[in-house]
Amino acid sequence: MATENKLQSYELMVIFTPVLSEDDYKNAQKKYSDYIKEHGGNIVHQDAWGLRSLAYPIQKKTTGLYFVMEYEAPTNTNATLEIQMNRDESIIRHMVTRIDKFAAAYNQRKRNKLATENAS
Amino acid sequence: MAKQNEIKFLTSQRVEKRPKKYCRFKKMGLRYIDYKDGEFLKKFLNEQGKMLPRRITGNSLKFQRKVSQAIKKARQMAILPYVTDLLK
Repeated sequence: MATENKLQSYELMVIFTPVLSEDDYKNAQKKYSDYIKEHGGNIVHQDAWGLRSLAYPIQKKTTGLYFVMEYEAPTNTNATLEIQMNRDESIIRHMVTRIDKFAAAYNQRKRNKLATENAS
Repeated sequence: MAKQNEIKFLTSQRVEKRPKKYCRFKKMGLRYIDYKDGEFLKKFLNEQGKMLPRRITGNSLKFQRKVSQAIKKARQMAILPYVTDLLK
């Protein structure tokens, strides 16, 4: 059996239907972050952008609830995660991208800049 | 018939020297182009939302590919439109 899979860092971006209520939106986020934790991954950062207007209508909707999550997971979790997301009706579009070290550094820098701005 | 070099123009025929293009990513040392950052990517799109060629943006090949990948991801996630009439 393959030894414990090496953790790869990924970034998941999801657009939920705007009709979702606030707490539905929250526990949808929780559902996916728990899913990652169950499968031996850990969450680096979660970022809910909330309601944003889409550049073009998707499924006749012009706005969507954006949610971005950066996480580390073993390489076999994304396949099952993908199935989960395809089955979920409240998700109108999702994308998982790999994060190399430059991207991780970029996100880290961006978060620090944001943190200092809020702090000041 | 006046020879070529004898022809005198009224105004000087000097073509104005445009500044040399450079790759902004190499110059500023950027290494990652974020697909979530729509405003930055709009610099590489024309009014219709189409990608500008390398000879206009002046990017090096490596970063032009990264920019086009990021733009395609942004379009997929509805951050940038595929086609529009007045983007800027």
